Amino acid sequence: MQISMTVNGSEVVSDIEPRVLLVHYIREVLGLTGTHWGCDTTNCGTCVVLMDGQPVKSCTVLAAMAAGHDIRTVEGLATAGTLDPVQQGFMEEHGLQCGFCTPGMMLTARALLDKNPHPDDIEIRKAISGQICRCTGYATIVRSVQWAAAHPAGAVADVAATDEVLEGTDTVIPDVADAEVKA
Amino acid sequence: MTVIHDRPGNPAAGDADRPIGYGRIQRKEDPRFVRGQGHYIDDMVLPGMLHGAILRAPVAHARLVSIDTTNALAHPKVLAVITGKDLLALKLAWAPTLSADVQAVLVTDKVRFQGQEVAFVVAEDRYAARDALELIDVEYDLLPPVIDARKALDPDAPLIRDDLEGRTDNRIFDWEIGDEAETEAIFAAADVVVAQEVVYPRVHPAPMETCGAVADFDAVSGKLTLYETTQAPHAHRTLFAIVAGIPEHKIRIVSPDIGGGFGNKVGIYPGYILAVVGSIVTGKPVKWVEDRSENLMSTSFARDYIMQGEIAATKDGKILALRTSVLADHGAFNATAQPTKNPAGFFSIFTGSYDLKAAFCKVRGVYTNKAPGGVAYACSFRVTEAVYLVERMVDILARKLDMDPAELRLKNFIKPEQFPYANKTGWVYDSGSYEEAMRLSMKMAGYEELRREQAEKRERGELMGIGVAFFTEVVGAGPRKHFDIVGLGMADGAELRVHPTGKAVVRLSVQSQGQGHETTFAQIVAEELGIPPENIDVVHGDTDQTPFGLGTYGSRSTPVSGGAVALVARKVREKAKLIAAAMLETRPEDLEWEKGRWFVKGDPGAGKTIEEIAMAAHGTMTLPEGIDGNLDAEVTYDPPNLTFPFGAYICVVDIDPGTGHVKVRRFIAVDDCGTRINPMIIEGQVHGGLTDGVGMALMEIIEFDEAGNCLGGSFMDYLIPTAMEVPDWETGFTVTPSPHHPIGAKGIGESATVGSPPAIVNAIVDALAPYGVVHMDMPCTPARVWEAMQGRPRPPI
Repeated sequence: MQISMTVNGSEVVSDIEPRVLLVHYIREVLGLTGTHWGCDTTNCGTCVVLMDGQPVKSCTVLAAMAAGHDIRTVEGLATAGTLDPVQQGFMEEHGLQCGFCTPGMMLTARALLDKNPHPDDIEIRKAISGQICRCTGYATIVRSVQWAAAHPAGAVADVAATDEVLEGTDTVIPDVADAEVKA
Repeated sequence: MTVIHDRPGNPAAGDADRPIGYGRIQRKEDPRFVRGQGHYIDDMVLPGMLHGAILRAPVAHARLVSIDTTNALAHPKVLAVITGKDLLALKLAWAPTLSADVQAVLVTDKVRFQGQEVAFVVAEDRYAARDALELIDVEYDLLPPVIDARKALDPDAPLIRDDLEGRTDNRIFDWEIGDEAETEAIFAAADVVVAQEVVYPRVHPAPMETCGAVADFDAVSGKLTLYETTQAPHAHRTLFAIVAGIPEHKIRIVSPDIGGGFGNKVGIYPGYILAVVGSIVTGKPVKWVEDRSENLMSTSFARDYIMQGEIAATKDGKILALRTSVLADHGAFNATAQPTKNPAGFFSIFTGSYDLKAAFCKVRGVYTNKAPGGVAYACSFRVTEAVYLVERMVDILARKLDMDPAELRLKNFIKPEQFPYANKTGWVYDSGSYEEAMRLSMKMAGYEELRREQAEKRERGELMGIGVAFFTEVVGAGPRKHFDIVGLGMADGAELRVHPTGKAVVRLSVQSQGQGHETTFAQIVAEELGIPPENIDVVHGDTDQTPFGLGTYGSRSTPVSGGAVALVARKVREKAKLIAAAMLETRPEDLEWEKGRWFVKGDPGAGKTIEEIAMAAHGTMTLPEGIDGNLDAEVTYDPPNLTFPFGAYICVVDIDPGTGHVKVRRFIAVDDCGTRINPMIIEGQVHGGLTDGVGMALMEIIEFDEAGNCLGGSFMDYLIPTAMEVPDWETGFTVTPSPHHPIGAKGIGESATVGSPPAIVNAIVDALAPYGVVHMDMPCTPARVWEAMQGRPRPPI
């Protein structure tokens, strides 16, 4: 069957088998391998993409169901070569280790921040609660999203952010409120 | 006390502000990962590549009667269907395991666990390969399975391994260590003895990326290039040479970006071998990537130890001796990845962090009709089981003596002046400062205040628990004379090249699965040579490009390869000294090193930077005698001893008395991994391990029904913590450098996975003390907690 949809701002048209999953369509037909496949049962969320701005698990969406919709993958997060603040935040705050769940986590974070630019930690945890990370233990993902919230798109990170660190510990209280934002 | 720290390493910071060497810098691998440009096994596409899929056994124990592949072969997109019979003809039906056993690549005689590999289809695309599996007809003759390890040696137990000559029962090994008679004498005379059966259930590492391979056999050159998810590419190369009979110089193993390993990606699985066979048979590259159920049901599980623990002490709380007898379920094949001389891994570190008079342990390994494995999931070769046992036993003793569990531990720790400390089972602990770490964790937790809060809540009938655990790890195997895997000594190589312009490449035998090796190892070179980390590339995961070594597992990368990298950099530094002396027309002994530069003693202005020296080494000047140009070096590091990271963990839980639901409210982790290279990466390693601990303590288990059906075969059944089940971790550290390691580092990858489960279970049991509960087996699900509160026996999950 023929389907068409918008992926990262570009119109795509393909002939596919009706049973093809969106995750396989994105990875194998479009060659966008930043979207990963982890469980088949909608539990792990490593396949999360945005469909019309909403996070969906692309292992349980047929490509045919995405026809006519607007899909955004990790490859569409950066704009004009500039990283999305979420991407920058994950690097700043060590929100990733093996990188496998990271695209899905970042897309969910982007969708959250679009709706709620200043979420509290619990709201961030709830937003990513349908996704599994085996490496980070989530706290640094929460910090990463908070970093992104404090550094919205178009702003450049304060170069010498000073964070409070509990002496003799790794416990960092991110300096998000006071970060100097330069246009 | 709160202090303000600058956080160096912000990429926007000027070069002058950037630390060279150790410190918090951003990871070099992250820019590709955040752009979705990591390159994992399933992202690999080669021209003409075909797809493989495995037909798996639906039953646990059955004789194979027949396989009919006619209909599958008739599928228009199918190129080959391979069965055990085909592999027998190729002498590939059985492959050696990492524990000197053999494992069936495809079933030839009988099925020995549910999910075992029965046939392999190669087709034009992923979906066609799966379709064709449905077209294979297999007839099985069912046999009674052995599921409960306790019944594996019953006289009437079915014999699982009738393929092994002379085998009459399901015993794999009996192993013991320590002085049994001395231990018995101490137990017989002790004031207080407590005993408890402690079960560490079967769990699974379940990395987010499953296992897979792309095999590309070139019939003309005879060269096999195998891309695979492996933590140990060099060991795999040697094993593939042995298994497949391909000369080792004609094998190249490439391990791309790995989406988590945790020990799951150490072994050689039948799927890897089948991809190779598929490529040889079809003449084209063949990709095989397992799905989640295949990963959970057939690849290396972890733990499955039934431990009888006993602890002896004086009535005032001086611990005297420990004793244990363990029944180890290894599944249908003994495929556990561990050093040859250690059939129970490093379990004999079960003496923990305490100064004992005696200890004795015996372990019996048995076959069952379950998936093979045992050593995985960040366990440091069974240190997880050992630490869990001793830390539960110490808590049970504390209850018996009516002592505070932290106080009991403080009273019995090995003291700093006792190091190096020879324990009663043959380990020599290199260094430790246990009380310091314990006191810091108690300070961070506000331990006394927590106990006051708990007392108040108990008055009101609220269930709050405080769990304390202290662990000593043993990692970094090994000295090669003591530790090998299938005969390969556990040493690792490093090669360092400094290019003419002073940029460097360091090549490693170990392979990252997310630990940040590209950053950490660049930082070690940077610290030693003064070349900024961003000017150092780390190459790993390709056997054609890297020196030989045993790979990444058992937290051995920093202890072993970290040592290799520091030493190779020092070798380069010494070579640079000779060249600098020639450049400065002085004697080498008149030079002094500061980071990045050799200069003349007493004349700091007269010096040469490492970059200037590198250019000279590749230039036209007359080099000193014995220096033949370039600024390169290589080493193989054979560590003189293991390293012994340690930590003090405190967990606070609240339990809902109505439902038995456990909430981990706080978790304080103080770790000592010796010298700290990148605190950000260390913190990340700890956080991940703590989350594993919450998973194992509260929800993760691979169980089987009586027929041998796996009950944890998908993420709908095998539960893993999400962001909602874990707290905001509170981490701290002490620094006790390893005295024998070149930079004093000890490794951190598995500490938290080892140390956190007992802290959580101790907290839960502490919360349930008013109900008389002294022990609970993991996972402490709401149902089990609730039942324990009713004084009832453990229900199934």
